[in-house]
Amino acid sequence: MVPLSYYLVLSGILFACGVLGFLIKRNIITIFMSIELMLNGVNLSFVAFAAHWHVLSGQVFVFFVMVVAAAEAAVGLAIIIAVYRTRETLNVDQVNLLKL
Amino acid sequence: MTPQTLSPLLCTIPLLPLAGAAINGFLGRRSSRTAISAVALGFCGLAFFMALLIAANFSSAAAPYSFRLAHWIRSGTFSVDFEFYLDQLSLVMLLVVTGVGFLIHIYSVGYMWDDDGYYRFMSYMNLFMFFMLTLVLAKNYLVMFIGWEGVGLASYLLIGYWFTKDSAAAAGKKAFIVNRIGDFGFLIALFLIIKHFHSLDFANVFAAVRTLPTETAGAGLLTAIGLLLMVGAAGKSAQIPLYVWLPDAMEGPTPVSALIHAATMVTAGVYMVVRSSVIFEHAPMAMTVVAIIGTLTALFAATIGIAQTDIKKVLAYSTVSQLGYMFMACGVGAFSAGIFHLMTHAFFKGLLFLAAGSVIHGVGGEQDMRKMGGLRLYMPWTFATMGIATLAIAGIPPLAGFWSKDEILWRAFGASWVYWLIGVITAFITSFYMFRLMYMTFGGDYRGTVAQEAHGHGDHGHSDNGHADRGHGQGHGHGEPHESPWVMLGPLVILALLSVVGGFVGYGNRFEHFLAPVFQGATGIAQEASPESAASALEYLLMGVSISVAGLGWLLAYLLYSRVPQLPAHIATGLGGLYRAVANKYYIDELYAVLFVKPLIEGSTTILWHDIDQGVIDATVNNSADAARHVSDNVRHMQSGNLRSYAGWVAAGGAIVIAYMVWMGVR
Repeated sequence: MVPLSYYLVLSGILFACGVLGFLIKRNIITIFMSIELMLNGVNLSFVAFAAHWHVLSGQVFVFFVMVVAAAEAAVGLAIIIAVYRTRETLNVDQVNLLKL
Repeated sequence: MTPQTLSPLLCTIPLLPLAGAAINGFLGRRSSRTAISAVALGFCGLAFFMALLIAANFSSAAAPYSFRLAHWIRSGTFSVDFEFYLDQLSLVMLLVVTGVGFLIHIYSVGYMWDDDGYYRFMSYMNLFMFFMLTLVLAKNYLVMFIGWEGVGLASYLLIGYWFTKDSAAAAGKKAFIVNRIGDFGFLIALFLIIKHFHSLDFANVFAAVRTLPTETAGAGLLTAIGLLLMVGAAGKSAQIPLYVWLPDAMEGPTPVSALIHAATMVTAGVYMVVRSSVIFEHAPMAMTVVAIIGTLTALFAATIGIAQTDIKKVLAYSTVSQLGYMFMACGVGAFSAGIFHLMTHAFFKGLLFLAAGSVIHGVGGEQDMRKMGGLRLYMPWTFATMGIATLAIAGIPPLAGFWSKDEILWRAFGASWVYWLIGVITAFITSFYMFRLMYMTFGGDYRGTVAQEAHGHGDHGHSDNGHADRGHGQGHGHGEPHESPWVMLGPLVILALLSVVGGFVGYGNRFEHFLAPVFQGATGIAQEASPESAASALEYLLMGVSISVAGLGWLLAYLLYSRVPQLPAHIATGLGGLYRAVANKYYIDELYAVLFVKPLIEGSTTILWHDIDQGVIDATVNNSADAARHVSDNVRHMQSGNLRSYAGWVAAGGAIVIAYMVWMGVR
């Protein structure tokens, strides 16, 4: 049996990768993927704890997160397409009209 | 008329002039001068008529009358109401104030007619009457204090009436500030009275005081109250050391000088001391202080009067000196003599000021006596009336001043021959400077400037700047001196008559007997009665002395200013420094400036303004604002608007929280 700490370390690495990607990358699609990575890092820790403690609520949470992530993906991709149509770029540094 | 019907009339007397002041003050700007005069004279005259009506129905048996207009302060068992009060003392004051006040109102119509602010002037005059009548008719110290402060306000407004002139504005301020010093003493006295007697009502306070023993051994509560009241009186009545405002107050129009700074307001201090006679009788030390202050002021101010060349300044110092006599009388326990002199003084000093105003009017605004002279030919009525007033103030029998002054001197002699001696010396000086004024103004030949005579007589269109008191410019033709119109001479004649006969009310001590009920219970009543029976050779001797010094003063003035006019200049140069000191009023103003005014201004500027206000209060506010701005300046860079930098902050914050938790867990 794989110890809990392994899952958590992997979960932390996945989350950190997501954060780094979110902070560093310029492309909206990549940022979007980084967000998914963070969500899945968290999901992993949820299921790991659920299995460890034999409590189902962690797995239920993961389903909720996945549903929200799917909804978010639908809306987010639609926004990305809309942005690309009007701005003809996916570089977030150039999509800054709301900035002061 | 029964007391029930008479008492309600009391409240109408002050309120009538108030109505006049309000009407003229609010509507006067658009009214005609005739309408303004009608309102001002009408309400003031009506007040005088009411006063006469009350006097005619006054019965000593039914006195004192009182009337409660409204409730005012109710705090536990302590209460103060708007109550008016009439006894023999207030009646005398009431008649003097309304009578002389009404005459001066009439005079003002002629004197101020061409002034641009005519409605304002008349409104202020009526306002003054309201406050002065409130003061004399008050039934308790607080209502009296309203009148007391109110006349101070009216005085300020009227001294600074020509407020575009710097010296007038400054004189108004000076009068107001010096009076505040006195009022501070008065207020503390009132607080002491509230604390110890739990009332401000005259009757209650005096009844309580009568039960206390006389403070012969040492100073106590009553001495403190008496001295503080005297501080207030010294401020209002221009006594040493607070007299300095009165001579400057001559910047006001001359009717104001006559009404406020000679006849009525400045006597408020005397009235207040006399009203509080019971307190003073129980505090011999305070009495002595009052007597000494009065005596010194009388002499001191009279000597300054000798060397003044401004006709109004002479009269101003004379007023200070005569007020000193009144305080001397109060100080030796002769309260009724003080009030008697107050009354006669109101007649002859009011007359002197009005006549001086007539002279100033006649010579086109000139106030320097060295540029007058020979006016008896040009203005005989003014000359005659002013001459009567001079005889009266000098104490020549049988005019009014003789009776009252002699009464005071006789009483003063009963207390101590020192008071009497100084009083007699002052009487001599008074006679001298008054006849000097007469000879310089009316005697000899006209010494007006050529420029004045070169211009045609012109009409009296001095509409530019209130022509009197302000000095005409060169280009303002006035021509030779002329007599004033009858609206001004009428009051002069009436006051001259009063100055002649006014003293006879004191004949055979009738005045004193009339006032006696007011002072009943004061311990001095026995003391006052004794010299009366002993009226004998001694009294006639002293009377002879005071008449002869008055005559001597006249003679000296005649010699110096009529027979040998070049002599005064020789004497002045001969005396050198002494003369300069007197002519410069003993440098008292300069002394006060160095001692009080300058340190106060310097201290306020450097310590209070620069150090405390700017250095502490402003600095605290400004520095905290600065600090907030600096911090915000730095912190605002976090709000870049860059989404990824926000995310970075969130991540960094999360990392810090996690690191902390981990560290805590490890530990």
